[in-house]
Amino acid sequence: MALTFHIPSYLAAFAGDSNSLSLDGSPATMRDALAALWVLHPGLRDRVVDEQGEVRQHINIFVGNECIRFADGLATPVPDGSEVLIVPAVSGG
Amino acid sequence: MPSVRHIAPAGGDVLILVGTMKGLFVLRSNGARKRWEPGGPYSIGSPVYAAAFDQRHGRHRLWWTQQSFRWGTSLASSDDYGRTVTEPQTYSIKFPAESGVTLKNIWQICVNAADQPDTLYCGVEPSALFESRDAGASWSLVQGLFNHPHRAKWTPGGGGMCLHTIVPHPTDRKRMMVAMSTGGVYRTVDGGKTWEARNQGVRADFLPEKHPEFGQCVHKIVQDSANPQRLFLQNHWGLYRSDDSGDSWKDIANGVPSDFGFCMVAHPHDPDTVYIVPIESDEYRCTPEGKLRVYRTRNAGASWEALTRGLPQKNALETVLRDCLSADTLDPAGIYLGTRSGKVYGSSDEGKSWQLIAEGLPAVVCVKAAVVESGAKHASRPRAKGRKTRPTRKVATKRVAASRKLARRK
Repeated sequence: MALTFHIPSYLAAFAGDSNSLSLDGSPATMRDALAALWVLHPGLRDRVVDEQGEVRQHINIFVGNECIRFADGLATPVPDGSEVLIVPAVSGG
Repeated sequence: MPSVRHIAPAGGDVLILVGTMKGLFVLRSNGARKRWEPGGPYSIGSPVYAAAFDQRHGRHRLWWTQQSFRWGTSLASSDDYGRTVTEPQTYSIKFPAESGVTLKNIWQICVNAADQPDTLYCGVEPSALFESRDAGASWSLVQGLFNHPHRAKWTPGGGGMCLHTIVPHPTDRKRMMVAMSTGGVYRTVDGGKTWEARNQGVRADFLPEKHPEFGQCVHKIVQDSANPQRLFLQNHWGLYRSDDSGDSWKDIANGVPSDFGFCMVAHPHDPDTVYIVPIESDEYRCTPEGKLRVYRTRNAGASWEALTRGLPQKNALETVLRDCLSADTLDPAGIYLGTRSGKVYGSSDEGKSWQLIAEGLPAVVCVKAAVVESGAKHASRPRAKGRKTRPTRKVATKRVAASRKLARRK
């Protein structure tokens, strides 16, 4: 079953002008899912994670309603058919 | 979102690239430099700490940095004065994964000499130097400086631990000076393979040892227009000159209201001539006595004169940061400064008189002036795979729509 990524508008230009992406395969964790996403859309990677592969401080990733920061981070399991949201955090000034 | 205006400069026009905490503005004037047309903003919402204009090899290329608190820091460029902006697919300036370091900001873009038309440098935070040999398409970390044994003891100043100044030697391509806060001045004479601290005589009031080998908080260094061995230095407390390529520094704070300050620029043609804007202290960080005064020396620091005509001399509690003082190359030279309160002042007579040329901008963190060369053609460029956008109106429309939707939900 496919996994669906929901992409914020700012990043759509780096994802084929799409806000929603389907990913075939069965990645076990968010790390695996993101690795597959970077292959399809390499422009997303540097904007979502830093050089060390960590999710940038002011970006949240949800699996369904669960923020991976409060789960197992990049090791958070991604069940088949999950909806994954990449969301700009509420921050700034 | 603000509407975006584009400028269309001609040869002989003067540009001022104004990096602010909310994007890049580009001001244009003809050689008279009396009326200024604003362009931008570009990279709306992002702090722009560095900008440069590359006219080598027939280019007309604007470079600037965009430090998004969300999406990280990257370089953007435009070959048509902002109408089309190129952002690389993958960020071109990155620390190697094995370094364990992540990029926080890009503080300086240095366009090297005309005889190396494809070479650029960037100074970044945390302190490191990156180099491009292909006109900015790809960049590599200068390992000789990154692996310096002192690096573990460089510490952040108020703005972060940044390499903010890059001074290539004008003729000897193997020599270069850089400055960082904190860390101080470093020099290479072998093309970047090895680097030596060059801070003898520069004080560090904030350390137990006042004259250490390194660790000073140097805010800016500039090179004399005629003598590349002569350099000037604005320190975090202290104003200095070196006559031996940085081997030693002597105090030249003769008659200035404060030897604290951030910015410094050398006159483009006149030797021994340098401009600064003194700041009252490292706690207050505003212009002394509420007067915005540019100080100029024309004798290599033996004395300084206040330049005030047209600048506010009452209730002007201004801060002019390290990259916010710049000069064009016309004769007479134009001098420009930007303030943290969002004003840009310019002088078309080498500082004798000043006019307010922009106000109401976001806090200004970078000012770079340039004269557009005549007859240069837009060059084809080697590009990193990336996106070309007409970003501002398209993205702005989407964002406005999104915020309206959000407001309706509330």
